[in-house]
Amino acid sequence: MPNHWSAKTPQPSPDLSTGLIGWLRTNLFSSPSNTLLTIVGVAILYVTIPSFISWALINATWFGDSRAVCDEAAANGQTGACWAFINVRMGVFTYGFYPEMERWRINVMVLILAFNLTPILASTIFKNNSRQALLGLLGIALTFFIVGPVGSILMGAYFFLPLAFSTLSKIDTIVAPIGADARAIGFRLLGALLIGGGVYFITHSLISREIAATVGILMSFLMLCLVLIRSLSTMGWRWIMLFSAFPVLCFYMLLGGVLGLPPVETHFWGGLFLTLVVAGTGMATALPIGILLALGRRSELPVIKVVCISFIELVRGVPLVSVLFMASVMFPLFLPENVTFNKLLRALIGIAFFYAAYMAEVIRGGLQGIPKGQYEAAKALGWPYWKMMTVVILPQTLRLVIPGLANNFLSLLKDTTLVAVIGLLDLLGIAKAAMADSEWLGFTKESYVFAAIVFWVLCFAISRYSVHLEKKYHTSYH
Amino acid sequence: MSKTVNNSEAKPDDNFIVMSNVNKWFGDFHVLKDINISVGKGEKLVICGPSGSGKSTLIRCINRLETHQKGDIFVDGIELTNDVKHIDQVRRDVGMLFQNFNLFPHMTVLENLTVSPMWIRKMPLKEARELAFHYLERVKIPQLANKYPSQCSGGQQQRVAIARCLCMSPKVMLFDEPTSALDPEMIKEVLDVMIDLANSGMTMICVTHEMGFARTVADRVVFMDEGEIVEENDPESFFNNPQYDRTVFFLSQIISH
Repeated sequence: MPNHWSAKTPQPSPDLSTGLIGWLRTNLFSSPSNTLLTIVGVAILYVTIPSFISWALINATWFGDSRAVCDEAAANGQTGACWAFINVRMGVFTYGFYPEMERWRINVMVLILAFNLTPILASTIFKNNSRQALLGLLGIALTFFIVGPVGSILMGAYFFLPLAFSTLSKIDTIVAPIGADARAIGFRLLGALLIGGGVYFITHSLISREIAATVGILMSFLMLCLVLIRSLSTMGWRWIMLFSAFPVLCFYMLLGGVLGLPPVETHFWGGLFLTLVVAGTGMATALPIGILLALGRRSELPVIKVVCISFIELVRGVPLVSVLFMASVMFPLFLPENVTFNKLLRALIGIAFFYAAYMAEVIRGGLQGIPKGQYEAAKALGWPYWKMMTVVILPQTLRLVIPGLANNFLSLLKDTTLVAVIGLLDLLGIAKAAMADSEWLGFTKESYVFAAIVFWVLCFAISRYSVHLEKKYHTSYH
Repeated sequence: MSKTVNNSEAKPDDNFIVMSNVNKWFGDFHVLKDINISVGKGEKLVICGPSGSGKSTLIRCINRLETHQKGDIFVDGIELTNDVKHIDQVRRDVGMLFQNFNLFPHMTVLENLTVSPMWIRKMPLKEARELAFHYLERVKIPQLANKYPSQCSGGQQQRVAIARCLCMSPKVMLFDEPTSALDPEMIKEVLDVMIDLANSGMTMICVTHEMGFARTVADRVVFMDEGEIVEENDPESFFNNPQYDRTVFFLSQIISH
């Protein structure tokens, strides 16, 4: 009879380098050259940081509503920054030349976007609908206090629609298992179109003629989603709304001209608002286009493949500034005289396609990292191409390329400043314009530092979020 | 014995899968040479042979993961051509197991099992979950439902893969060296599940080097080399009385080590 064997209990590892001294030794003074580097680094920090802090914080003038405050401070020997300059111009920095009376419209849209992105971005916290409902109520209350009743109604309608849709889509009599019976699908499609049509006529006769067609189409689209996609989660509906209802709402709210809202042409748009518009639409459109381009480049159909490769190589071969110039100066030359495109729209399209080409290559890199076995397993289980791509392959791909995509998003955000070359004033452009104000000459530093801080905050947020996503999705691999 | 077997149609049972004069080339390399074979419903076929003999390619042709250039393949009366409809139909009936399991790494075990019935068969979530747990219990790992594939051992992953396959209620299952990537201690747990499956009447085609499995389970053993079927016979005669010297040599190689 063999002896009984049992495994030894595991012991904790003896700590090797902990404590402040240990950390310093391993990280800062591990070798003579590292020690030298540490000393030089500390010296550089010693020279730069205190003087910057004293300029920006200690000796700075914070409040005031005219140049006199700054001049007075300077006369008193205060050599620091005069943030009163930024204070006074805060409105312009944020909204550009958007009329002051109409700025609430931007506020509403920003609030709606923020409150609807929160559950999407922090999906683990807002998994259940009751928490989302709480958030929605908070959003309505906040909008009411900041903007007023109209804003809070919009917020409420937009926020709770996805919840309503996801509840509806779970009722089997409305969206019973489809696919087996073609007639059932036909009836549902017809129903969706009828509802859309109904909404069109009601809007047309009761509310506003101008928006009726768009609202009708939007409604039909949402109804089609409702009958064609079974048991879609609230989060899924938020995504659908973000790419369908939100742009429509933005279009009417921000441009105005309907429902008694005074029109605001896009050349009044500017500042941080414009930066966010350009960066937001750029990110939201470049990624999907990039995914399609990446799939197209790997396609087995030669025509699609050639088109995608030439597009990517062409766009990657030119600088963004030239793309923007093309969009603003050359493009109108090719069009008939009475056809005009909005300059902002042209810039948006230019940036979207430019970044789509870069993202396509990042995503293609990810696609190449997916083992062949994944495709084979999916095919063997009977998955057709598009379903396989969206459910099996792309989710894995996007997880792989989070760092690369974050990189592209960051550079897109910063490249929005290039719209200045075609005369659109984004945050940096506004900051520059502010320096030229004869009343406020000589406040270059404050302008630039402020713009830099705003950009840094936005970029840092994106970068941290990408790190968070990496960690979140890391669990499934290790 | 279980839900997996649908004996819905009374087809000529001997010709569930028919391959006649199948030829395939990879570039200039002739991988499959005049393959003629038919598999009946409920039959268990084991294919063995040295590496590079074309046995994996052969079974991958059955669900069109590889395309053949000459000859005909019929699965349940459906001919495999470039017609996507036919391919989809065949893939719905044919399940496949891989050497490297190929579970979807971004989904939990349960999601791996439910995603295909839900997206391909339009099954409601609740039903899909019930089905998934039914098969997880059958492969004896219901406790792993919420783990990710990377948190499971190789043997467990292969059993999940079998359950995933069964969730699509296939009429025939192809096994492409299902135990070759496993540690020795885990081979048995997978083979046990396969034997259980065989006993339930599933039609199975297995490419494997597990000769013990072939002996106990197979109705027929096929030996391939250089892209040809050298001989096929019932396991008793195949192992005890091989007809060709090539077979004798192969058997002596794998049994002696």
